[in-house]
Amino acid sequence: MTGPRVEGAGDAGTRRGRGREGGERPMVPRATFTSYYGRPVLKEAPWAADIPAYFFLGGLAGACSMLAAGADLTGRTSLRRTTRLGAAAAVACGFGALVHDLGRPGRFINMLRVVKPTSPMSVGTWILSAYAPLAGVAAVAELAPLLPRGVTWVGGVTRALSRPAGLAAAGLGAGVATYTAVLVANTATPAWHEARRELPFVFAASAATAAGGLGMIGSSAADAAPARRLAAGGALVELLVERRMEQSMGLAAETLRAGRPATLLRAARALTVGGALGGLLLGRRSRVAGAASGAALMGGSLCMRFGIFEAGQASARDPRYTIVPQRQRLDERRASG
Amino acid sequence: MSQVDAPLDPAAAAGWRNGPKRKGFFTDTSLCIGCKACEVACKEWNSVPADGLRMLGSSYDNTGALGASTWRHVAFIEQRKPMRELPVRNTATTTAERAPGAHDFRWLMSSDVCKHCTHAACLDVCPTGALMRSEFGTVVIQADVCNGCGYCVPACPFGVIERREGDRTVLNAGVAQKCTFCYDRLGAGMVPACAKACPTESIQFGDLDDLRVHAAQRVSALHDDGVADARLYGEDESDGIGGAGAFFLLLDEPEVYGLPPDPVVTTRDLPAMWRGAAIAGAALLAGAAAACAGRRS
Repeated sequence: MTGPRVEGAGDAGTRRGRGREGGERPMVPRATFTSYYGRPVLKEAPWAADIPAYFFLGGLAGACSMLAAGADLTGRTSLRRTTRLGAAAAVACGFGALVHDLGRPGRFINMLRVVKPTSPMSVGTWILSAYAPLAGVAAVAELAPLLPRGVTWVGGVTRALSRPAGLAAAGLGAGVATYTAVLVANTATPAWHEARRELPFVFAASAATAAGGLGMIGSSAADAAPARRLAAGGALVELLVERRMEQSMGLAAETLRAGRPATLLRAARALTVGGALGGLLLGRRSRVAGAASGAALMGGSLCMRFGIFEAGQASARDPRYTIVPQRQRLDERRASG
Repeated sequence: MSQVDAPLDPAAAAGWRNGPKRKGFFTDTSLCIGCKACEVACKEWNSVPADGLRMLGSSYDNTGALGASTWRHVAFIEQRKPMRELPVRNTATTTAERAPGAHDFRWLMSSDVCKHCTHAACLDVCPTGALMRSEFGTVVIQADVCNGCGYCVPACPFGVIERREGDRTVLNAGVAQKCTFCYDRLGAGMVPACAKACPTESIQFGDLDDLRVHAAQRVSALHDDGVADARLYGEDESDGIGGAGAFFLLLDEPEVYGLPPDPVVTTRDLPAMWRGAAIAGAALLAGAAAACAGRRS
């Protein structure tokens, strides 16, 4: 009856080794609930570190383009250069991470077969496809002096286009920095879906701290003033909204307070607050202190993305976060007729 | 636009005109004997690769769960509970039935499958259009279009669809896989392999409307017969997924079988999420503008 399955007996070890649905785990239910041998109801997203890294890079790129446009219009040359180059590098690396994470990387282009408003990944791909060339033009303009003599016309063209392209990139950057929050929230993964109201604001704030951090690392202390202010504002918003998010998530908020996600989020808060304060207090006087604060801010943003990502995966692995809230909802609905 | 706003005929909503009636599975678990013929028939017909033999220590279930290479999964649940409430002093009951301990145990078996939701989250979130709604109202993945982004996997509220792992020697490795409702067989006017192989007609295939009528009658009959636990799962069009194309008669709460008690298609909340992101993005732009507009230091 189960004959055909025996042929694959050799796979047993690898399956467990990958940690996928590897049999039952002992359960310590804090809320009473029934499950099928303690097994997960949901599947974890099959995403590696590429994806949370991309969330960071997308936020960094989007907010960098905003700072770059502002720096361009207010004549802060070193801030403009840093953030334009940073935006282009971040979006290029982010694009690479996205393609690398596909089960069939060669079919990346299939993303462009359709436009689907019901799929944040489809919407995001289109936003990214429009954004990346604009960010690229603005970055090439910064590199124009380094171009070989034969192609100086490239520098001329990109310099002429850099301001409109940079402004358009700043506008689209708002989408690049926030759509990823909708992407993860639009799943059945409990910790992501239950965070859906606040997550776009947390991601936007985290983008602000990351871009502010990069601006502080790569520009003169005087030019970096907007970066310091953006980072401080982002840090403040992030702290406040994250607290609110934890309160509105219900049971799934537990996953933010346990294990690796908790460690990552604690690190994120410390780095973000430290970096923002360091930038405000010391950034104007010391380039080194500013750069160190900037690095802390970027690290904080990165930890935040990984913390949220891993909390979601943990919430999918444990059937409690699926079953308990749903059972409660169902019982309440039945009680009220 | 959104599946969630669509009328309840999903094939028509997807643009099919004058198609066949919506097809469905009604899995009556009270008839399941746990033979796993459905699992085997599905694997054979659909060339689903073997995915290992593991002894899971969960009654006769060594399959575990639905996944990329398991499109039917028979669950086994052992309970210290009688199957039905025997009428007190019923002369019709036999001596064996009245013997102490004879009825304090029941063995539940249930063949799980993709629900082919009316509002299917996997289909909604698929960025390539690889997942599509067939003319039969079922949800089918086109393996040659899927690029393996994996978004459908966490989107499914039932944990059904999964990306198939493995090297290039494995069929359709790297792309999302799940029950196709035997799309090829339906197109040829045939019954899906699992339903065809089921020896007790626990898996019933047909027009969804007919199956729903029949299922309601079956529940009443079981209630009359003393099986008070019998209930339908996934048949209600007003539930969080707009009703399932593959629905079930269960003898206990859904979570006992590993099914979510109150599944909701995530895209129901998507418009609100997009609004939130638009506000957050605008706030970020405003913040950056304000930061740059501040006085030169």
